[in-house]
Amino acid sequence: MILSLESQRINMSTPKLERNFFSLQNFGHSLTAPSYVFKPKRAEEIVGAFELARKNGLTVTARGAGRSYNDASLNGGGIVLDLSGMNRIIKWDPVTGRVTAEPGVTLQQLWQSIEPEGWWPPVVSGTMFTTLGGCLGANIHGKNNFRMGPIGEHVIEFTAILPTGAEVTCSPNKNADLFYAMISGLGMLGIFTSITMQMKKIESGLLEVHAWPAHNLREHLAFLLEKAPSFDYTVGWMDTMNGGKSLGRGQIHAANYLHGDEDPNPQKTMKLENQILPPRIFGVFPKSILYVFMKPFANNIGWWGVNVAKYVASLREHTFRQSHAAFHFLLDYVPNWELSYGRGGLIQYQSFLPKETAEDAWREMLTISLKRGMPSYLGVTKRHRPDKFLLTHALDGFSLALDFKVTNGNRVKLSEMLQEFDKIVLQAGGRFYFAKNSETTAETTCAFLGDETIAKFKKLKKRCDPNGLLESDLYRRVFES
Amino acid sequence: MPVKKPSFPSASPLHPKLRGVIVGASGGIGAALSRRLARAGYILALVDRNEQTLEQLCDEINKDYEETRVVPYLNDVTDYDSAPDALRRIVADLGGLDLFIYIAGVIYFPAIDEYNFGEDLKMVEVNLLGAMAWMSQVAPLFLSKKSGQIVGVSSVAGDRGRVGNPGYNTSKAGFTAYLEGLRNRLTRHGVNVITIKPGMVKTEMLNLPNAPRPVFAVTPEEAADGIWNAIRKRKQQVYISGVWFWLMLVIRNIPSFIFRRMNI
Repeated sequence: MILSLESQRINMSTPKLERNFFSLQNFGHSLTAPSYVFKPKRAEEIVGAFELARKNGLTVTARGAGRSYNDASLNGGGIVLDLSGMNRIIKWDPVTGRVTAEPGVTLQQLWQSIEPEGWWPPVVSGTMFTTLGGCLGANIHGKNNFRMGPIGEHVIEFTAILPTGAEVTCSPNKNADLFYAMISGLGMLGIFTSITMQMKKIESGLLEVHAWPAHNLREHLAFLLEKAPSFDYTVGWMDTMNGGKSLGRGQIHAANYLHGDEDPNPQKTMKLENQILPPRIFGVFPKSILYVFMKPFANNIGWWGVNVAKYVASLREHTFRQSHAAFHFLLDYVPNWELSYGRGGLIQYQSFLPKETAEDAWREMLTISLKRGMPSYLGVTKRHRPDKFLLTHALDGFSLALDFKVTNGNRVKLSEMLQEFDKIVLQAGGRFYFAKNSETTAETTCAFLGDETIAKFKKLKKRCDPNGLLESDLYRRVFES
Repeated sequence: MPVKKPSFPSASPLHPKLRGVIVGASGGIGAALSRRLARAGYILALVDRNEQTLEQLCDEINKDYEETRVVPYLNDVTDYDSAPDALRRIVADLGGLDLFIYIAGVIYFPAIDEYNFGEDLKMVEVNLLGAMAWMSQVAPLFLSKKSGQIVGVSSVAGDRGRVGNPGYNTSKAGFTAYLEGLRNRLTRHGVNVITIKPGMVKTEMLNLPNAPRPVFAVTPEEAADGIWNAIRKRKQQVYISGVWFWLMLVIRNIPSFIFRRMNI
């Protein structure tokens, strides 16, 4: 069951720590943590890195694409293993739809290799630049969380290297306790080296998307509740900059896969060139520099205008067809959009609330943020259901993700507000997501995960990582301080 | 090596932390500078060989802020081989490094006809070689991450070899030259190297036997403010106080045939 790599270990020449000291940032560019960065190409080099860490009294964190909004892939002053070099798709079977890949394979790589053959990843994030290892570590969800669960539910098997140097293979039937803990385990138990997943068969390159306006928060949540069971994908956009009676207004998008007979030319729509996001806006304006022009508008007034305009445009109920890539990867429409938030960067605050308490809690939170003049610029809602993974963030209810701009002037006020939000969410029986929130404290984590879950996780950690080699800034923040 | 297990508050986007090391923290200027930087929001590793004063200083500062702003690390700068491990440990505990300050220094005032190699050696070891041991570890880190600030507290005494204290002059002249070399190597990589040249500071140094009469002397707090100012403005070289710039400009330019007949 547990093989030792001792015998096949390749003797790495001791890498020079000091020469690999680089400043890493989170996706929101709101944190900087210098670390000794190594880019392993093979599993043996991960074992070597653990040895290096042990010898120097350092800790190790795995990093994929670094797309987390918080400190999940940061380890200030420690070793960071950049796994983006382990990016081979090892096996792909277009008959069964099973894929085996290394952890550094990105969703972009994955969908672009399987889509032309009629398959699509069962769960994808709002950006295609995340890696499989990172997706499993955070156990990401997509717009189909209510129907398909998190990405972990589609993993057939994975192998990982533990800090002890042992290699372990896990599936829902084999080492099940580790399977359900390492997926969602934030890379704190071991490092994935190969991941086998089941893909989803598609018959067309298009989705049929329906759009409805929601005039207030109650209607918004009612829509999500009603549409999620009958559509493959459901997602809401919320105008978080307007309060009063129309607080929580927005637009609901629900989409279904097209069946072969509904698409007149599925061969054509499934071609890769019909899935690529256009590189220019209006055919002329290159998107790669668009973020520069967004900078002057990344303030309360600018984003208020964007939100109002978007709401007005969404008032028309309509149905349209859209490619998979265009529907899913909204965050990739404007490359480097996160840079438009300026030097302080941005943070995201996502809360998961039971369907019974969500409306009141979010009404309170949104009202507070508007009253204090610190509105979120972007709000996204989704419908969720619980899952079996140990450090799960999901529950039978909804999530609301809020983006906030960070400036030197608003840090203290924003921090106070988010602490109040944490209290409201906990009181309403809510949960948090470790890939998003950057201010969640150990106390809050304990309150929503429960002592029992944390004890179970720590026991597994002791077993997999007796010397405590795997540690990230996130881990220290939510489990130690 | 750390006296206590450090438990710095964790950094987050809304609670960013600047991270610094002060080597020679428990001396007069060191203690004042530690307080000044803690006030500016830094979290600091304070390195010194004097356990008692170091711990006391840390306790005082942490009590003021009701959280861990500074953590003591015991280290003798003349134990050159221990510098790499110590620095690695500190960087791991701090979660990174933005600022490195070397302020450790000793002085012995010899009589005008005294030649004391033992004391000269001590001064060169603490004032120069210890600094080189630490900075040769810090420099590649900052070079690699393409940012960071290195501050060396040298002295106006390094500007000229004088009748009073050839050994001390040598140690500080060497340090000044070393810092200039680092500056020329690292500035192009985004690293700021600052040479601080204090004139006279009212510390215990001035109570030693044969110590000179205080001239334009500043308090350690004023010196700390001056150093903080230099850090904030990313200066290259700063005299403390400013009057020493003019004084040393004159002294540096006195021709040797006059200077060797003078008693300064």
